[in-house]
Amino acid sequence: MTESLQAALAPRARPAVPGALSSSLTFGWRAILKIKHVPQQLFDVTAFPIMFTLLFTFLFGGALEGSTSAYAQFAIPGILVQTVAFITMYTGIALSTDIQKGVFDRFRSLPIWRTSVLAGALFADLARYTFAAMVVFVLGVALGFRPDGGVVGVVLAFALMLVFALSLTTIWTIFGLTMRTPESVMQASIMILFPLVFTTNIWVSESTMPGWLQAIVKVNPVTRVVIAVRDLMAGSASPGDIGWALLSCAVVLAVFTPITMHLYNRKLRT
Amino acid sequence: MDSRSPLAIEASGLTKSFGDTRAVCGVDLSVRAGTVYGFLGPNGAGKTTTIRMLATLLEPDEGTASVLGHDVVRDADAVRRRVSLTGQYASVDEQLTGRENLVLLGRLLGYKRAEAKARADELLEAFDLTEAAGRQVENYSGGMRRKLDIAGSIVVTPDLMFLDEPTTGLDPRSRNHVWEIVRALVRQGTTVLLTTQYLDEADQLADRIAVIDRGTVIAEGTSGELKASVGAGALHVRVRDAEQRTEGQQLLSRTLGVEVHLDSDPVALTASVSDPERVARALTELARADVGVAEFALGQPSLDEVFFALTGRPAEEAPTDGSDTDEEEDAA
Repeated sequence: MTESLQAALAPRARPAVPGALSSSLTFGWRAILKIKHVPQQLFDVTAFPIMFTLLFTFLFGGALEGSTSAYAQFAIPGILVQTVAFITMYTGIALSTDIQKGVFDRFRSLPIWRTSVLAGALFADLARYTFAAMVVFVLGVALGFRPDGGVVGVVLAFALMLVFALSLTTIWTIFGLTMRTPESVMQASIMILFPLVFTTNIWVSESTMPGWLQAIVKVNPVTRVVIAVRDLMAGSASPGDIGWALLSCAVVLAVFTPITMHLYNRKLRT
Repeated sequence: MDSRSPLAIEASGLTKSFGDTRAVCGVDLSVRAGTVYGFLGPNGAGKTTTIRMLATLLEPDEGTASVLGHDVVRDADAVRRRVSLTGQYASVDEQLTGRENLVLLGRLLGYKRAEAKARADELLEAFDLTEAAGRQVENYSGGMRRKLDIAGSIVVTPDLMFLDEPTTGLDPRSRNHVWEIVRALVRQGTTVLLTTQYLDEADQLADRIAVIDRGTVIAEGTSGELKASVGAGALHVRVRDAEQRTEGQQLLSRTLGVEVHLDSDPVALTASVSDPERVARALTELARADVGVAEFALGQPSLDEVFFALTGRPAEEAPTDGSDTDEEEDAA
């Protein structure tokens, strides 16, 4: 081993430091490799949505809307939003795992654009969100969901969901940077996600709820996004719907991005 | 070593606390370029914290340090471009294969895709990991992980390499591999700062050694200088017949001029000695007196003995809990 070792260590020209896009894409490639090696993580993010979809449409469909397919027409856009929202927490868990395993230290000792670790993870997250949403969408169509908004409506709805998902990740990143183990990140994320996702109009219209709950549901950003996605897919979206949804995303981003970046920069230093 | 070669590391008064714990209190350090510098100390002594400050992963509370001429706080990026750190726990991605780990680092260091792949294969070959290259790292042994970790640190050969306890927990064969790698690195001009809990390791590799305890450097010098202050080590003798042990004890104690301890093993004797020549004479005396010796060994002084000689107390874990890394996590 000695000769090949000495040869491998021989001084050589140092490559130029990669640009921000290049290092971010490399981190994205890493996340895709992880999906390739551990495909269970895709199973985790699709099994639950499939279960929810089947359970709720068959269990409540008849009672709520008269038939399974009629209920699917109402519920599928909301289930899509819920699916994507739940997957976003894996961003925080992945970051926490990197920190715990020491890989994060390795990355931050490299002379690269410091935010590319996060940016790269987001590229891969987008792929994961799209994949899971496609699975639920196809299942929904099989159950009788018919998007009258056509291809344009569906594509715009997907785009809106991705924007929403990315704004949610800023919350979980905070947990990933501050909590000691991936398990505690997951628990904390679920504690927030459940009430956030269920106090909405995903499963039933808010008009059936008591007044105080209606008030909560109406200001929940998830509700705003669900309304816009529903209307985009139905082909009946108004600029107001979309404006409210985008404003909700913007508020989430405005509140949590500065906190995330502050914590992230602190983590890089200490 | 040329004492006039430039300084690769120059630190003065480095201090770092985590909450109420003073992990490092006022460490001064000068390391000449092209040498191996050993940081010797027990768990929790502040070795890891010091190394992380020098590697720009932690900002010191007080004090200054320059690495390869760059300030570690103001000019951290310039430092990062020229050093690499292999931490106490192998920082490799367990879900990726060995080759993917190295290609990833190659890409992040600026190699084009094909170059990164070629470099990864070259390193895998050099580190004897070609066979395992396509396997996920979670299936690697401790020694393989550590080698891959070091390979990751030299994808671009660094001018200065920090190795934090590179052989802790490795079997003897892997440990020798790692030592060979360190020697090869130094031969081609890299300066190495390594931490270790083993005097033996510091002795094998380091040109100069700093003994660190409770966040301060308590002794510094070449391994010869340190040993001179500590004694050459311990002589262990096992007599053939337990009845002759007392006679052996008296003989040894007379010839060596030191106190000889009776071990709990009824045939074993131990004495700490400073002059190996006297040991030869003492063993001859035993033979002359017909005290049968079944076995004898002259051991290197252990870290415990070094500590005892330097501090008057045995090496112990820091009064706070756990290792340096734990302290950091507590504070983070």
